[in-house]
Amino acid sequence: MFLINCPYCGERDQSEFTCGGEAHIVRPKQPTELSDDQWAEYLFMRKNIKGVQFERWNHAHGCRKWFNMVRDTSNDKIHAVYKMGEKPPVV
Amino acid sequence: MKKYRVNKTKHVDQTKTVSFDFDGKSYHGFEGDTLASALLSNGVHLVGRSFKYHRPRGIMSCGSEEPNAICQINEDTDLTEPNVRATEIELYEGLKASSQNCWPSVNFDIGGINNFISPFIPAGFYYKTFMWPKNFWKKIYEPLIRWSAGLGKSPTKPDPELYDHKHVHCDILIIGGGISGIIASKIAAKNNLKTILIEDKNILGGSTIFQKNENYKINDKYSGEWIDAEIAELKKLDNLTIKTRTSLAAYHSYNYLLAKENISDHLPLDKRNGSIRQRLWKIRADKVIVATGAIERPLVFNNNDRPGIMLSNSVKKYLDFYGVSCGLNNVIFTNNDSAYETAVSLKEKGISVEMIDIRKKSNSKIVKNAEQLGIKIYWNSTVVNTFGHKKINSIEIMNLSEDGSNVVGNKIRINCDCLAISGGWTPMVHMHTQSGGKLDFREIDQTFIPNEIEKNHINVGSCNGDFELEEIINNTNKKVKNFLKVSKTEFDNTSVLNSKELDKKNIWLLPNYISEGKCKSFIDFQNDSTAKDIKLALREGFKSIEHVKRYTTTGMATDQGKLSNMHALGIIADTAGVKMGTLGTTTFRPPFTPLTFGSIVGRSVDNFFDITRKTSIHECHTQNNAKFENVGQWKRPWYYPINDEGLHDAVQRESKAARDSAGILDASTLGKIDIQGTDASEFLNRVYTNAWSKLGIGKCRYGLMLNEDGMVYDDGVTTRLGENHYLMTTTTGGAANVLSKLEDYLQTEWPELDVYLTSVTDHYSTASICGPNSKKILKKLFPDKDFSDDAFPHMSYQNGKIDEINCRIMRISFTGELSYEINIESKYGKSLWEKCIEAGKEFKITPYGTETMHLLRAEKGFIIVGQDTDGTMTPIDLQMDWIVSKKKYDFIGKRSLYRSDTIRDDRKQLVGLLTDDPYEILEEGAQIVSDMSKKPIEMIGHVTSSYFSPNLNKSIALAVVKSGKKMKGQKLIVPMENKNINVTVSDSVFLDKENKRINA
Ligand SMILES: [Zn+2]
Repeated sequence: MFLINCPYCGERDQSEFTCGGEAHIVRPKQPTELSDDQWAEYLFMRKNIKGVQFERWNHAHGCRKWFNMVRDTSNDKIHAVYKMGEKPPVV
Repeated sequence: MKKYRVNKTKHVDQTKTVSFDFDGKSYHGFEGDTLASALLSNGVHLVGRSFKYHRPRGIMSCGSEEPNAICQINEDTDLTEPNVRATEIELYEGLKASSQNCWPSVNFDIGGINNFISPFIPAGFYYKTFMWPKNFWKKIYEPLIRWSAGLGKSPTKPDPELYDHKHVHCDILIIGGGISGIIASKIAAKNNLKTILIEDKNILGGSTIFQKNENYKINDKYSGEWIDAEIAELKKLDNLTIKTRTSLAAYHSYNYLLAKENISDHLPLDKRNGSIRQRLWKIRADKVIVATGAIERPLVFNNNDRPGIMLSNSVKKYLDFYGVSCGLNNVIFTNNDSAYETAVSLKEKGISVEMIDIRKKSNSKIVKNAEQLGIKIYWNSTVVNTFGHKKINSIEIMNLSEDGSNVVGNKIRINCDCLAISGGWTPMVHMHTQSGGKLDFREIDQTFIPNEIEKNHINVGSCNGDFELEEIINNTNKKVKNFLKVSKTEFDNTSVLNSKELDKKNIWLLPNYISEGKCKSFIDFQNDSTAKDIKLALREGFKSIEHVKRYTTTGMATDQGKLSNMHALGIIADTAGVKMGTLGTTTFRPPFTPLTFGSIVGRSVDNFFDITRKTSIHECHTQNNAKFENVGQWKRPWYYPINDEGLHDAVQRESKAARDSAGILDASTLGKIDIQGTDASEFLNRVYTNAWSKLGIGKCRYGLMLNEDGMVYDDGVTTRLGENHYLMTTTTGGAANVLSKLEDYLQTEWPELDVYLTSVTDHYSTASICGPNSKKILKKLFPDKDFSDDAFPHMSYQNGKIDEINCRIMRISFTGELSYEINIESKYGKSLWEKCIEAGKEFKITPYGTETMHLLRAEKGFIIVGQDTDGTMTPIDLQMDWIVSKKKYDFIGKRSLYRSDTIRDDRKQLVGLLTDDPYEILEEGAQIVSDMSKKPIEMIGHVTSSYFSPNLNKSIALAVVKSGKKMKGQKLIVPMENKNINVTVSDSVFLDKENKRINA
C-alpha cells in the first residue's frame, strides 16, 4: 500500500485515496466543433504505460482535493505530487 | 515415552505433563513441546499420507516449512481448523489433532492404491486424463479427486472467536528474532529509534539458542549462552517492542507490512475465555531489517520421503531444544558441514549416529570433532534407496563416481530408524522479493541472495546468504550501522570462533543404479511431485519455470514450495544444460504462511461488516411493522404488511390508497447536495441536459445528468432556494458518486467557477405526502399557508413552520399525484412523520414503501436510473428528448449524443409493454423476441420494470427494445421457461397522460 503525500494534508495511506486515471487530459472547450474521431480521442483513449505515468488522484477520504501524481507503474515509485493547475515536473 | 526423551533442556518443563490426542489415541508430552516434538517423543513419525499417491509421510522439519505434518485440530468443535502444521502448534492440555488426507486411517489408507498405480500418474496426469469424456468430469472425476485428495475439513459453523486489527507506525521493524535480528534490534533501540521486533516462535534466539558446541563461541562463551544474555538485556530496552508468536504475512510497497500475532492458540480451549484469538498488525515502518534466516534443504534421492527421514538441523533442534531424539539409531546424509553439528550433538548424548557425505573430504574443525568422537563417516557416498513402510528401517548407499554423475561399487545396507538429511541452506528471501526486491544467484552456495538497491530495507544474517557465525555477527553489525547511520556499537569488537566450511559440493538430483523412471525422488513432498515429473515436463516442451511449476504442481501446495523450489530449478538447469542463475525464480507471493479468514476480516463481521444507514424516521417504520430493503447502505421500508399480508397484497393496497386518498413515503434517503456560489446557475447548466438560468427563485425543476459518453448517470429535482443557492437531489444510491463527479469537474475542468458543494443528505429528513387528499393534510399541518394552485403551484417551494421548526415544502411529484415533500432538520424527522400521520388520520393516510413507489412511478412511466437504465441508455433512447436542451452550447455528455453510435436508430429504446392476458405479470429481466422461427432467436430487448397496477387493473411493464420507438402496437414475445407470453408494445405512460392528477 502506497504512502501518498497529499499536497494539502501530507503523507497518508493509499486507502484514503482514489485514482482518477491519466492526468493532463483537458476537456475540449468546444466539443461541438470536434469530429467523432477527435471527440472519441478525448473520451476513450487513455495511455497505460509501464514506466513513468502522470495520474490524477483524489484524497477521497480526506480533504477531497484532486491533485496529480507522477508514478512509475513498474515499481510503484512516486516521483512527485503536485496541485491541479501546476506545471507537471520534469522526471 | 522416556525412550526418546533423552535430554533435559530448559525449554521443555519435564515436570509438567500435558495430555493430548492424536488420531484418536491419547499421548503425553510436556509443557514447552510442540505437537510434533511430543509425537516424536512418543516415537510417532507417521502423521499423514501424501496428496497424490497417499504414501505414508512423517514429520520432516520443525517449522513453517513443514510439508507433511499437516493436521486438522479440534475436529467436531466450532474451533476446528485444517492445514495446521504440527511443527508450529504449541502443545496444550486436551489438544485433539488428526491426520489429514487419509481414509479410513493413517495406518490403513485406501487411497494408497494410487501408490501402486503411480507409474500411471505422471506430471500433468490430471490435465491429460480428466479432460474427456466431457460429462465424466462433473459426475465422476471431480467428486473422486475431491474425495481422495481433500486437505482437511472446513469448519461448518460460524467462527466463535474474536479477531483484531492494530495499526502501528515505527522507525524500525525487524523481522525475525534470531541472532541477526537480536543484534539489529539492540543497535536500533539503543540509538533512540522506536523499534518493533517480531518473531514467529514463542521465544527469541532462533537456532543459536540451543547451540552448545566447542567449535562455535562468541566472546569465549557458547553461542547459546551468549545469546541468552543478549535476550535478557534486550528485554530491558524501553523503545523496543518484542512480539513473539507473531509471523510476518506480507511485505507491501512503501514498507507497509502485515503480521499475524497468535494470542490464544497455545492455550487449552477452556482457558481462552473468549479473549482475542489473533491480531493482525498493520505496520508502516520507516525502515525494515529482514532477518528471517535460512531453511535447510532436503536431498533428492530415491524414496526420500519415508517417515523417519527428516531435516538434519530439525533433528538437532528436537534433541537440543525439546530433549527428544528422533531416532535411536541415526544416519545423517549430507553435502555440507552443518549436519556434523547434529552428529556431534547426538554422539555427545550417547546416541548412535553415522554420517554419509557426498563430498570426498572436509577438513573443517567440526568434521574433525566428529571424527575424534568416533563417528563413522562414509565419504563420497550417496543413499540410493530406503526401506521400511510406515517408518524407515534401513538404507542402501553406494559410492559416487569421480564426477558425481553416477554411482559405482557395491551397495552397502545400513540399519537406522532415523535418516537426517541436509542439502545445504536456502536463504529465506521471500520478504525481500515480496517488497519488490530482486535476487542474484551465488554460484558457490547455489543460492539466490537479495540484490539490495532499495533504500528502506536491508537483509541481514543467513537470509542474506551469511551462513557462518562470524560472518553473521560481523556483517549484521556492519550493515545495520550503515543503514541506521550509527558509528559505534557494542558488537564492534566481538570475538567469534567458528568452524569454517572449506569444501562445498552440491548435486541437485543424486545418481542411482536404478533407472530414473523407476525412482521416486520427491521434490515437493506436499504435492507429491518428483524429479521424474520435472524431467517429463521438460521433455514435453515446457521451458519457463512458471509453466513447469504449474504443470507438475511443484511448489504450489500450502507450503508454497519452501523446501522444493530450489531443487526444481536445479534439476531444470541441469537437464536443460543452462546456468541456474539464468532461469530466474518463481514469484513468492504473500502470505508467507497461511492467514486465517478471521484475522483478515478482524472486527468487520456481523453488525460491523458494513455501515447500516437508518433515517431518523426508522423507528416509526419498525413500529409500523415495515419490511425493509437495502438500498446502498440504507435500510428503506419496502412495504408495510398488515397482519399476515404478503408483498403483493400490501403493495396493491398501498398503491390504491396513495391514488385514492393519501399516501406517505420516507424520502429522506435521496441524496441532497447544497449548491452555493455566484456561478451556481451556470454550473447546473453545464451538468444537467436542460437549461437552468431562467429557473425562478422558489421554483423546482427535474434534471437529467449524463456521463461524457452521453449515457444517463443520475436524475433528480433541484430547487432554487435563492439567487445563488440551490438544493439538488440525487438518487439514493448515486448520492456519493454524484458529489464526487461534480467536485471533480469543479476542481479540475472549471476551477474558474465560484461554486461550493456540500452534502446535506443526512441533515434533512423528508416526508413525501401524495394523493388527492394531500393538500388537505398539508393545510392541517400548516394552517396559515395558502395551498391554492396559484399561490403554491406544482414545481415550486415555500418555507413553513411546524411548532416553530423551519421546514421546506416542495410541491413535486414522483407518483403523478398531487404531492408535497416536507424537509426538516433530521433531528425532528420522527416528530414530523408522527404529525403527518396524525393529520392524515381522517383521510386514512397510508405509509407506503419503495415497492409501491416503484409501482406508482411506473404507472406514470417515470424511469428509475439504474433499473430502467444500465449505463448504455441516452436520454434519446429513453424517449426523453424533451429534457435535452438544443440551445445550450455545451453540457456534460452533449457531444456524445450525436456520435455515430448514439444516433443509430436500432439502439435499445424505452417502451411500455402490455401483456395480452392483463393478469399475466412479466418477470423483470426477461428477454424479448420478435421472431421465434429463425434460429438462433434474436434477443431484441428485455423487461426493466413490471408490476400489476391496481389502479388500472392490469399488468404493466417497461422494457428496452431495439428500435422500440417505431414499434408501438407491434406484437412481441417474452419466452419463459415453460411458456411464451404474448405482449404488445405500448406508450410508456400508462396512467393520466394529460397530467390532470397533479393539480387535482
Ligand atoms: Zn488531502
